[in-house]
Amino acid sequence: MPKLPAPPLPSALKAPPPRPGEGNGKAPTPLEQAGGAGISVVDWVDERTSLSGAARWLMFRKVPKGTNWFYTLGSATLFAFLSQAVTGVFLAMYYRPDPSGGAYESIRYVTNDVFLGQFVRGMHKWGSSVMVILVFLHMGRTFFFGAYKYPRELNWVIGVVLLILTMVMSFTGYLLPFDQRAYWATIVGVNINGTGPLVGPYLSDFLRGGSEFGATTLSRFYAIHMLLIPGLLVALIGAHLYLVTKLGTTAPPWVKAEQPTELRETEV
Amino acid sequence: MSDKHAKHKSKYTLDRQIPGAFEGETITRRRFMTGTAHTAGGIAAAAFTLPALGFAVGPIFKSTPHRWETVGTVDQFPDNNYIPVVVTLTPGIGEAGKATIYVRKFNPVLDTDRYDLDTKYIAITSRCAHLGCPVRWVDAAERFICPCHGGVYDLLGRPVGGPPVRPLDRFYTRVEGEYVQVGPRFSVNSQLRRFSPRDPGEPLDGIGQYLYPSRPGAQKL
Repeated sequence: MPKLPAPPLPSALKAPPPRPGEGNGKAPTPLEQAGGAGISVVDWVDERTSLSGAARWLMFRKVPKGTNWFYTLGSATLFAFLSQAVTGVFLAMYYRPDPSGGAYESIRYVTNDVFLGQFVRGMHKWGSSVMVILVFLHMGRTFFFGAYKYPRELNWVIGVVLLILTMVMSFTGYLLPFDQRAYWATIVGVNINGTGPLVGPYLSDFLRGGSEFGATTLSRFYAIHMLLIPGLLVALIGAHLYLVTKLGTTAPPWVKAEQPTELRETEV
Repeated sequence: MSDKHAKHKSKYTLDRQIPGAFEGETITRRRFMTGTAHTAGGIAAAAFTLPALGFAVGPIFKSTPHRWETVGTVDQFPDNNYIPVVVTLTPGIGEAGKATIYVRKFNPVLDTDRYDLDTKYIAITSRCAHLGCPVRWVDAAERFICPCHGGVYDLLGRPVGGPPVRPLDRFYTRVEGEYVQVGPRFSVNSQLRRFSPRDPGEPLDGIGQYLYPSRPGAQKL
């Protein structure tokens, strides 16, 4: 297996200066010693984990000719997800899943009284719309570029599951502020689920945790939103990224593959 | 191995030519150990998944006990107009468990269908039969109007416009002394025949009552 050449390093991570006794025969100055600290730490970890090989495999991979800005949509979606995860963790430090007033009050507290609370809550709320838009754009790009064909079919299937999980996150997260809009939108959404023949009533019962919107419905939605779906999302995003790195990205459909020289028609 | 398919395979490992077989052994030690380890692992996994699953799925099968709630005195309700009252549908969660219902007295002229004749008071839910938004009784138009998607119902709760698929649900009523009490909810089809309570959006005419069965948690009435 041919090894990739070592990539050019930024100057802060370059090899340490010559040891004492080599070069100019003087001991390393404190400045030179501090300069070598960065690469020493990275070296220490790398010697014990071989992570630099994995990092090079993930980041310094070959991409086909014709790769353009459309290919950034997947990374943009990942960035939106990470933003949601981080803002979600901070919101969870204040949120109380209590249907008899605590939920609404905790969100009011975050919005009005916590420093930058309105900003973090806004980032989370708008970030969810941004993520859904990016997911659809990324899905459209993959479809129109034919990047779902062999051997990438499994990646496409994982992507569709990720889309469904994103929608479930949006649905469950919408209820959490527990104001009038959240409550009635969830009532309507759960009842829409109930209109499916035969399984509908059971599905809406499962979502609500009973035949009526009850004490455990909000907690159920909170647990699904905070624990179940994020766990599945992280696992499947990991699988999705692994497959992308392993299989490589495709060229855009307008880039034609070069014919081998033997098959090219000879000029008359 | 030549007559492997000719006769029934023996249950003794010695006859099956498995190396290391003892006289009279029917299962190899490797297979036994593997099977035991798998069984123990399966029991351990079941020990935490089954309770967790039951915990998640259990509320579907839990049925809430029937509650009767007093909504007013017998002379408070007219027979041609609805009075809105607030009742607690789900106790224990504060405001989110309360709902408005509309109550009136039985009107022999209007309530002519045969399923209704022994009810003294009619209590109609405010939950729209389309998707669950709260409907509002408008006296001037003598209609229930839903703000969400434009559903309109007449005085008896039957849909006369918009997307609702069946009439508004009703509540059982009874008179205790001089108080009117409201009990469990039930659903009706377009002939106002009673059914166990269903969710909004589920039609009950014809095949609808079989396509949308009453769930275990809803009270069977």
